[in-house]
Amino acid sequence: MAKSFALKALGFVSGDDFWRGIASIAVFLIFWEVGSRSQALFGFAFPWVSQIPPPSSVLQELIVLIQDPSFWMSALLSTLRVFEGFLAAMVIGIPLGLAMAVSRTFYGITFPVFEVLRPIPPLAWVPASIIFWPTQELSIAFVTFLGAFFTIVINVIGGAQAIDVRYFQAARSMGSSTWDIFRRIILPATLPSIVVGATVGVGITWAVVVAAEMISGGGSAGSVGGSGGGLGFFIWNSYVGGSYTQIVAGMISIGIAGYVSSAVLRKIGKWLTPWLLEN
Amino acid sequence: MADALAFGKLNWPRDMNIQQMAQSSPATYGPLGSQLTVSNVSKIYGVGDFAKEVVRDCSFTLESNRLTVMIGPSGCGKSTLIRMLAGFERPSNGTISLDGRPVSGPGPDRLVVFQESALFPWMSTYDNIMFGPRARGQDTPEMRTFAEELLHKVGLDGFRKKYPAQLSGGMQRRAELARSMINKPAIMILDEPFRGLDAMTKKLMQEYYSKLYEEFRRTTFFVTTDIDEAIYLADRILIMTNIPTQVRAVINVDLPRPRHVEDITENDDANAIKMQALGLLHDEAMKSFARGSKAAADFVDAYAKRINKE
Repeated sequence: MAKSFALKALGFVSGDDFWRGIASIAVFLIFWEVGSRSQALFGFAFPWVSQIPPPSSVLQELIVLIQDPSFWMSALLSTLRVFEGFLAAMVIGIPLGLAMAVSRTFYGITFPVFEVLRPIPPLAWVPASIIFWPTQELSIAFVTFLGAFFTIVINVIGGAQAIDVRYFQAARSMGSSTWDIFRRIILPATLPSIVVGATVGVGITWAVVVAAEMISGGGSAGSVGGSGGGLGFFIWNSYVGGSYTQIVAGMISIGIAGYVSSAVLRKIGKWLTPWLLEN
Repeated sequence: MADALAFGKLNWPRDMNIQQMAQSSPATYGPLGSQLTVSNVSKIYGVGDFAKEVVRDCSFTLESNRLTVMIGPSGCGKSTLIRMLAGFERPSNGTISLDGRPVSGPGPDRLVVFQESALFPWMSTYDNIMFGPRARGQDTPEMRTFAEELLHKVGLDGFRKKYPAQLSGGMQRRAELARSMINKPAIMILDEPFRGLDAMTKKLMQEYYSKLYEEFRRTTFFVTTDIDEAIYLADRILIMTNIPTQVRAVINVDLPRPRHVEDITENDDANAIKMQALGLLHDEAMKSFARGSKAAADFVDAYAKRINKE
């Protein structure tokens, strides 16, 4: 296992894709650096790019930030909210989606409401959510939950409804009970769609949590146990304080966090659905 | 592949013949020699002006321990008949009975091997084969041994842990045969099981299946659109009419067993049966062509060329 991983890593590093990736990132960084410093280098400012701090400064900022406990606190707060909201969306969304797919009656009752609520952007829920929920923390968690919830439910319904009818017929013929069919046919057949829903959902969750944190503000930014805070508030605070390098550093850390979340879910998904082969 | 097919003298299973097996564990083995009777069955979809009759007053018998092949123009309602035999759908009129008891709903006594693989993609070959026993709470050592026997019999010993997507088309069909056979159905129903396989694999599968049947000898219902396949495998051929389907003719195929594909192509009796069957099928295809079936057009065209050549 370890050997095959090492071989794979070696293959990746020596492959064309790896070097294309490196070149792509390098060119992007060079353009950004040159663009940011255009006033000093060429005597005139490139539009838009010159307003952004150069990557070298952002990197310095990041190095300072990763030594700062309050930055990690912000990241931790956001991560926890994403985790809570996402977990709640999975726990409620998967059974709901399965129930909607399995029972025509339940589908008829719930789907119209679901379809009306689904197009409402999670951020439109922020004011209402602040009114509904007793604490700010719950409001943010609820909005985060909504971000992943609809995506997960719609994927579960789609996945379960697309199951080939012959699987049910075959199972029935061989003597399966309803519970057996649910456990050994519907659940595994829907699993790939659940994984897709979760992977897409977690991305949306990051987008939503940051925006919700910006809007709701921070009671005590980045402090332990306080309400508010989080990476969204960190960025907003940097904007208010005029620290543009911190804004970009915050943005990049969110990008990395979102990427890591999706990558982890993809890994878990692959492990859960070993029959989906790439060959 | 060659290794998988060269199974010489087979014992079913272990060193017992099927009758002995039936006596040794009557609870787990379905009765040999089951007979399925279809009498005056009709199937109508839709209501009133939109009603479409797919099967009309259709009667036939699947004689015990014989292999009955059904062949008919495409879209004639063969699949509808199969769904009714399997119990997935009920006939609008008429009755289907197994050994005198009316059929109501699906059950392990009548198993269908579907057109394209209906193996569960999320289960390994072994788990697929063990699906039926586990569904009925029979994950016993005897069943596990039987599953091993079947894996060996269909030449998939080395593929027990593979998923269906990792198997070739021919292997998938064999896995599906094993998945049905472990349930010892009174009637095996095969709905165009070798459709979509390439010509070489198809021929191998036919030989393979023929051997399996000659040893297994259970009441079998085999649906196909391939006349050569029908003659090679069948004890009896049911020629179906155009939609709404009925039995147009029953042809007995009294060719000696074990059969070989080469013998069938050179056998005069087999060729006579083929001409007779093709004539009837052409008749029916003409009717469905007259009703605008494109699939029938191909057949009519091919038949005309064949006749002109001779």
